[in-house]
Amino acid sequence: MKFWRLPLDAEAHTIPHGKVNIIWNRCKGCGFCIEFCPNSCLKESKHFNAKGYHPPEVVLQAEDCVECGLCSLICPEFAIFTELKEAKEITEEDIQKVTIRYSRKDKRYQKR
Amino acid sequence: MKVKLREIVPFDKEAEEKAIQKDHGLHPDDKYLKPGRIPHIWCPGCGLGVVLTSFIEGMRRKGLSVDQCAVVSGIGCTGRVAGYLDMDTYHTTHGRAIPFATGLALAKPDLHVTVFSGDGDLFAIGGNHMIHAARRNVNLKVLCVNNFNFGMTGGQVAPTTPLEARTSTTPLGNAEPGFNLPYLAHAAGAIYVARWTTFHPRQLVHSISESLGKKGFTFIEAIAPCPTGYGRPNKLGSGLEEMRYYREMSQIRNGADLRDTEIRLREKIIVGTFINTDRPDFMENYMGKVVARARAKGKGKEKGKAA
Ligand SMILES: Cc1ncc(C[n+]2csc(CCOP(=O)(O)OP(=O)(O)O)c2C)c(N)n1
Ligand code: SF4
Ligand code: SF4
Ligand code: SF4
Repeated sequence: MKFWRLPLDAEAHTIPHGKVNIIWNRCKGCGFCIEFCPNSCLKESKHFNAKGYHPPEVVLQAEDCVECGLCSLICPEFAIFTELKEAKEITEEDIQKVTIRYSRKDKRYQKR
Repeated sequence: MKVKLREIVPFDKEAEEKAIQKDHGLHPDDKYLKPGRIPHIWCPGCGLGVVLTSFIEGMRRKGLSVDQCAVVSGIGCTGRVAGYLDMDTYHTTHGRAIPFATGLALAKPDLHVTVFSGDGDLFAIGGNHMIHAARRNVNLKVLCVNNFNFGMTGGQVAPTTPLEARTSTTPLGNAEPGFNLPYLAHAAGAIYVARWTTFHPRQLVHSISESLGKKGFTFIEAIAPCPTGYGRPNKLGSGLEEMRYYREMSQIRNGADLRDTEIRLREKIIVGTFINTDRPDFMENYMGKVVARARAKGKGKEKGKAA
């Protein structure tokens, strides 16, 4: 599927970009944030923290985080939170990116 | 009688700095948590932390500051929230969270009193308090974390354990069906009844903030994984696997018939906001029906004397 133009109300919306902060030593490695992030922004780190768990780390381009806040809400340990970095205007590129992602060509979405 | 007030200890700057060094104050929720208490003792994969975060978020969403709220909890893993929240909290004896909170809610009608406790605490030893507070419609917000067992004492059978589920005291399977908590709360008279799992934190936040705005007895059941006490004997796997199970098996059905919301082992879980009504709460009835009449009677007598 391809959009042939920007949505008419594109100006009324922005894409938030978040910065993910992980408090490394608080994490108990439950994996909730990694599993339920809607944009699959996180993955388990190879390194151990002081408690001996594998905390999450941000994968790929950090700009994938849309600052939805689910990771900080679902983390039982108060170990992860996000901050709004910028609210970007919607461009044609973004529309293209989203269509590709949800057409499941994106590798990260195929494994589901 | 002279009442001696406890001396207020001046704020300890040094202790605060130490806490910040220990990673306190970095997370936006840390201002709701007592410095030095995090990390909490809950097991990895336990859902209690999710319910606590949702409660904090619900309070924030409703725009309530910490001095407008109080939290009362009983004994159990869930009961420990009273020790983690940096606000007026009370950790009561086992099962007695509701009577303590009732007194608090009657003495301070403007305070938002939440009872944050486990299923064992609220429905085993504290079952009678629960149904009678609901019948009276005391202005209390009950947030019951249901992990289907007595977590803290080693995973014993609870009144919420489903039929045939294994626990440390029912190694061959439970012979008793568990309570259907929303149905029970509704039948006893709660004006707001909802059930969510820890896989639905956003809906849980919404329900909590909605219940904080209601005047009367509200009941929210938050289903949470307990990988240590309940997950292991029932082969439900880690906390994450239990969360996946909630994702697969829960059906959102707002306003569902509460006769259908019973939970069985490895079967679907019906979640949603089931009841949202209004009726006069205890204070309103007491002031309007008893105190007003007593005052009128008193006035009548005074008039009689004057004549
Ligand atoms: C009067 C009394 N009886 C028994 C106990 C032992 N006890 C401590 S916690 C607990 C059960 C708590 O279960 P629940 O409320 O489900 O909380 P969870 O640990 O599962 O979160 C019991 C029976 C006690 N502390 N006091
Ligand atoms: S804020 Fe949302 S998109 Fe960003 S990392 Fe957390 S869960 Fe993922
Ligand atoms: S949800 Fe929290 S505790 Fe669990 S893996 Fe993510 S950061 Fe660690
Ligand atoms: S025993 Fe169960 S309820 Fe208690 S902290 Fe561990 S996982 Fe949580």
